[in-house]
Amino acid sequence: MTEPTREPTPEPASRPAPYAAIGHLLDDAQIRELEARPTSDFVVEARDVWKRYGANEVLKGISFGVHRGDVKAILGPSGSGKSTLLRCLALLEPIDRGEVHLDGVRVGVRESRGRVVALPEATLARERRDIGMVFQRFNLFPHLTALGNVMIGLTEVRDRPRGEARDVAATMLERVGLGHRAGHYPSELSGGQQQRVAIARALVLNPKVMLFDEPTSALDPELVGEVLGVMAELAREGMTMIVVTHEIGFARDVASRAVMMDEGVIVEEGSPDEFFAKPREERTRKFLDAVRT
Amino acid sequence: MDFDGATFLEALRSDALFQGVQLTIALTVVSFVFGIAIGLVVATLRDSRRRPLRAFAWVYIWVFRGVPTLVQLLFVWDALPQLVPALKGEWFSPFIAATIALSLNEAAYAAEIIRGGLLSIDDGQRLAARALGMLPRKVFTKVVAPQVVRVVIPTAANDFITLLKITSLASIISVHELMGYTQTEVASSFRFAEWFAACAIYYLVIVSIFMAGQAWLERRFVWTSVARGPRSVIGLPAMSRR
Repeated sequence: MTEPTREPTPEPASRPAPYAAIGHLLDDAQIRELEARPTSDFVVEARDVWKRYGANEVLKGISFGVHRGDVKAILGPSGSGKSTLLRCLALLEPIDRGEVHLDGVRVGVRESRGRVVALPEATLARERRDIGMVFQRFNLFPHLTALGNVMIGLTEVRDRPRGEARDVAATMLERVGLGHRAGHYPSELSGGQQQRVAIARALVLNPKVMLFDEPTSALDPELVGEVLGVMAELAREGMTMIVVTHEIGFARDVASRAVMMDEGVIVEEGSPDEFFAKPREERTRKFLDAVRT
Repeated sequence: MDFDGATFLEALRSDALFQGVQLTIALTVVSFVFGIAIGLVVATLRDSRRRPLRAFAWVYIWVFRGVPTLVQLLFVWDALPQLVPALKGEWFSPFIAATIALSLNEAAYAAEIIRGGLLSIDDGQRLAARALGMLPRKVFTKVVAPQVVRVVIPTAANDFITLLKITSLASIISVHELMGYTQTEVASSFRFAEWFAACAIYYLVIVSIFMAGQAWLERRFVWTSVARGPRSVIGLPAMSRR
């Protein structure tokens, strides 16, 4: 196996201050492509989405959209339906009612004799390829190295030849600052490193939108910065992102919109400035007070 | 004490036992491979969303684990041709009958082992693979299966050794595997101690070889980048060395 060159990648050392600096994550071509897309259109849109588990109504008519280059931070207490919403948008869970649109096209269903039916898993898999997802518990594949984890989407989903996939994956790992860890298995990596590999794994497939499900909640406090650093850089380069997070600082500094969810509904949405400084809703204010202390 | 060393050595070196060993290994490996294949299907049905399929898998495991293996062997060899005339042909040899019986029997155990392995895989693994856009087949072969294999190696190896010893029952339906040849020799020479000792040693040798294979396989499935030693089950995980 070729060891990627050991560039002095900026290993986020002991810097508590906001986020570790990191180099470019996307190709210039990718960034130009992102910039060329009209900002007015929704990349992802939920229209009156309902979802229940058994008797438990988890999502009660969620409608919201994310423009190109938007970074939406979703906040809310646990059990408010944030993670479920992300999974529904990622087409990992079927919705009971409503519509999900990706780039203006309704996804997850097809019409059959005038009725709307859910797509079979194999077809859903194809529609998921434009959506990147990062999980709270990383969910790296333990039987593959860091490089193998980033490669697998290229070889098994995009059908790229192994040699080419290896080069692309190695470059991506370098960009998240883990070129020197390519040959290591997940069990040998810190939580922060694992999460950065997970981001690289999703990013390497060139998604139209990245969904983050509490990406730093399972991390030791001193490792949070290196992951948020990667995410902040990604946002700066124009990636469309939806981030479920409890990191108030990140939501305030990086997000373009902040959304408050509670009990399956969107309580409030606004620009981070007004959302965090003077929230309109009582529930938002209470939640922010609780999280800040 | 009456133990003739020369007869014992002669038994060890006999062509008969060596041929028996080959047939024992063949019967074990073939039955194990078929058993795993059928077991995989049964394990999948066992957790199927459809009730009749689940019931079928449950009944399968109930029957083939519950009825003594010897009864199953005799049933396939003696009773089945009576029920299915097509099996009355020359081709239906004791070896084929034994393979069918032992495969079906092994599948019941394999199904439970595989099911345990499948249940041990964190849901997040499938979720992450699906999120990447992998087709269901790839999710299984590239993400789930390699992890299941690692989990089931110790139990499956144990099961393999059990199967190896159970093949000796096939001598009852006149399969000339190791036990079958030993009994033939004993019947003419009446040197019980020497021949059974030689037979036992052969079984130990085969088991030892497969145990070495198991150790090699387990080492292959240690997912660390450092030198691959035995993996610790109680201690700390292997630390990475730079």
